[in-house]
Amino acid sequence: MIGRGRWPTLAAFLAVTAAVVIMPAERSGWAWGGVLSFLTAFAITVAIYSLFTLGLNVQWGYAGVFNFGVVAFFMLGAYAAAAFTKEPAAGGFDTYVGGLGPKLSPPFLQSEEWLPFLVGALAAAVMCGLLAYLLSFPALRLREDYLAIATIGIAELMRNVVVAERGLVNSERGLKGIPRPFYSFFSPDDYQYFYLLLALALLALVFWATERALRSPWGRVLRALREDEVATAASGKDVTAFRRQAFVVGAMVMGLGGAAYAYERGAVSPDTFTHFAGTFIFWAMLIVGGSGNNRGALLGAYVVWGLWIVSLQLLGYPLPEALRVRIFYLRDLVLGALLVAVLLLRPQGLLPEERRVSLWVERLLRRPAPEAAGTRPAAGRAPTSGPPPR
Amino acid sequence: MTALARARTFAQGGWQELRYRADALTATLLWALVLSLLVASALSSADHFAVGLVVGSIYALAALGLTLIYGVLRFANFAHGDLMMLGAYLAYFALTGAVVGTRQDVHLPRALEGLPAASQRLGDLTFGYGLLLATLVSCLALALLCIGLDRLVYRPLRRRRAGVVIFAVASLGLAIGLRSLMLLLWGPNPRLFVEGVFPARHFPFGVLLKSDQVFTFALAVGLAALVYLLLFRTRLGKAMRAMADNADLARVSGIDTERVIVWTWLLGGSLMAVAGVLLALQAQLNPQLGFVVLLPVFAGAILGGIGNPLGALLGSLVVAVAQEASVGWQLWGHQLDPTYKPGVAFIILIAILLLRPRGLLGART
Repeated sequence: MIGRGRWPTLAAFLAVTAAVVIMPAERSGWAWGGVLSFLTAFAITVAIYSLFTLGLNVQWGYAGVFNFGVVAFFMLGAYAAAAFTKEPAAGGFDTYVGGLGPKLSPPFLQSEEWLPFLVGALAAAVMCGLLAYLLSFPALRLREDYLAIATIGIAELMRNVVVAERGLVNSERGLKGIPRPFYSFFSPDDYQYFYLLLALALLALVFWATERALRSPWGRVLRALREDEVATAASGKDVTAFRRQAFVVGAMVMGLGGAAYAYERGAVSPDTFTHFAGTFIFWAMLIVGGSGNNRGALLGAYVVWGLWIVSLQLLGYPLPEALRVRIFYLRDLVLGALLVAVLLLRPQGLLPEERRVSLWVERLLRRPAPEAAGTRPAAGRAPTSGPPPR
Repeated sequence: MTALARARTFAQGGWQELRYRADALTATLLWALVLSLLVASALSSADHFAVGLVVGSIYALAALGLTLIYGVLRFANFAHGDLMMLGAYLAYFALTGAVVGTRQDVHLPRALEGLPAASQRLGDLTFGYGLLLATLVSCLALALLCIGLDRLVYRPLRRRRAGVVIFAVASLGLAIGLRSLMLLLWGPNPRLFVEGVFPARHFPFGVLLKSDQVFTFALAVGLAALVYLLLFRTRLGKAMRAMADNADLARVSGIDTERVIVWTWLLGGSLMAVAGVLLALQAQLNPQLGFVVLLPVFAGAILGGIGNPLGALLGSLVVAVAQEASVGWQLWGHQLDPTYKPGVAFIILIAILLLRPRGLLGART
C-alpha cells in the first residue's frame, strides 16, 4: 500500500526512470542495444555511488558524524586500490609507490584475475578506516561543524600531497591503465555487464551489512547518541567510542567505493576529486533520498545521478547556444537548489527514516500473537512515519 | 571502601587540577608558538611577512563576518567564500555592466564606469573612484541578498529548530548554487577589475608592495576597528553580543532577536562584499576562489576563538602570514612545495583543534 506521504517518492522514482530510459532511446532512434549499454553504465555508476551514500549514511544518518570531506576517502580508496593492482612503475615520468599487481598473482586459479583486486579493495577499506581513526582523535570530541571543517581540510591537504609529492602517485598525471577484475574472461563489449553484476554484488553485501548493523543494538546506540548525546552518555555508553566506530566503518565502506570506482574507470587523476564531485554530490544524494534510511541512500543516489545524466542528454537536442554552453552550470544550480528545497520542504527525504529498527522486535511481530495481552512489545505500536525532523 | 572512594576523589581532583594547569600551559605554548612564528617570518623575509599581513587583513574581514554570523546565528556558514566572491562580481558588474555572452561580453548601456573620470587612477592606486562606488553598491546588494536568503532558507530552519548540521548543509547547497550563478553570469575565465601591469613600490627592509595592497591593509584595519566600535560601543553591538552569549536569555530580556539577525546579515554581507572586492584586487575575480579562501578563513576564525571578533582578526593574520612564509620554509632539506600553501591553514587548524579548540582568545559559544 502506498501511504499519503509516499507519492512524491514514487513520482520522483518514475520520473527519473522514464527520463533515463526514454531520452537516450529517443536520441538513438529507439536503438535498444545502445540504450541497454547506456543504462548499464548508468547503473554501474549508481551502484558505486550508492556505496558512498551508504557509508555516509552510517556516519551521518546513524551517528550524526558530520563528514564534509567524503572526497578524502574517495580519493584515498581509489588511489590505494590502483597502487595495489597496477604493474610496478616504469620510472622516468611514470613513478608511483605500490605496483604490487604481479607480486599478488601467484600461479593458481588464475589469481591475477581476482587476487590483486581483492587485496586492493581490502587495502583501500583499511587505509580509509585508518585515516578516519586518526582523524577522529582531534576532531570527534568537538562540535559537529568543527569536524566538518577538519574533514574539508584533510581532503584539501591530501590533494596537495598527491600533486606536490612527485614520486608518490604520479602527481597531476594520475594513474592510468589500472587493470580490471576478470577482464580477460569477457569480450570488451560484454565486460560492462559483468562489472555491473560485480558492483551490484558488492553493493548488496554492503547493504546487507549496514542494514544488519542498523538493526542491531550497536545501531540503536548510534541513533540514540545522535538524538540525545547527554542521555546516551548518562546511560553508560562511551559516546566518543561509538561515534568513532561509526566514522571508521563509514569510511571503510567509502574506501570500497573508491576501489570500485578505480577498477571501473581504469584511471584516477587528482583533478577529478573535487569537493563538488566527491563530497557535495553524495550529501545531496543522501539528503534527497532520506538520511538514516539505507533504502533512501540508494534511492537518492539513483534519483540525483539520474537527473545528472539526463542533463547531459539534453545536450543532444537542438538548444540555443547561450543555454548549451551553460548547461553544466545550470545543473549545478539545480542540484544546489534541490538540496535546499528538500531541506526546507521535505527534510525527511524521499524515504523517511524508519522509526523502529530492531531485528528482534520484527521477528517477534512476525510470530503469531500470543494469547496473553500485554506481551506484545510497545514498540510495535510506534507510528510508521519518520522521526521528527532534526 | 571509603578510603578507596576518598582516594579516587582525590585522584580526580588532582586530575582536574592537572588538566587546568595543562590548559594554561598549552595556551602559553600556543601564544609563544604564534609569536615566534610571526617574528621568525618577519626576520627571514620581510616581504613575505608584509604580503602575509595584506592577505591576512582580507581574511580578517571575511573571518569577522563569519565569526559574527557564527556567534549570533550559531552555524558555520559554508557559503561565506562564495558570497564574498559574488560580492566582488557584483562590484565588477556595477562598475563595468558586463556579463558573459556567447562570443564576447554583453555590456549594459550604463554603468559606473561611464561616470566622468570614474576610471581615472586615484594617486598611485590602479583604480578610480568608480570602484569605490561599485563596492558600496555591492555591499548593499549583497547585504540585501543575505537578508533575502535568511528569510527564504535560514529562518524556516530556525523556526523548526533544526540542528547546526542542517544549517551547514543548507549553506553548502547555497554555496554551490551561488558559484554556479557566478559561472552562469560571468563565465569560468578569471577577470580583473583593471587590466594592465602595475609596478610595485619599494619600502624599507626590502618590502615590495603595490599601492593597492597598502590601501587594502589600511581599509581592512579601519573597517575592523569600526566593527569593533560597533560591537562594543553601541546598543546594537550589545544586543549582538548578548545573542551570541545566550539567544534565549537575550529574547526573554526583550531583545528583538529577528531584528538583530537582520542587522547581523547586513553587517556580515557588507563585510563579505568588501572582503571579496579586496580579494579580487589582490588576486583576481574567479568563481573557484570562493571555496579556496574558505579554509584559511575558518582556520583564522577558529585559531582566534570562533565567535570572538578580536580573535578572528588575530587568527587570520597569523594564518595568512604562515601561509605566505611557508613558501620559504625548508623541510628535511627540501624547499616546501608552494602547492602546500592551502595545506598550511589546515595544519594550523588541526593543531589548534588538538591543543586548544577554544582558540587563542577563547570562543564565545
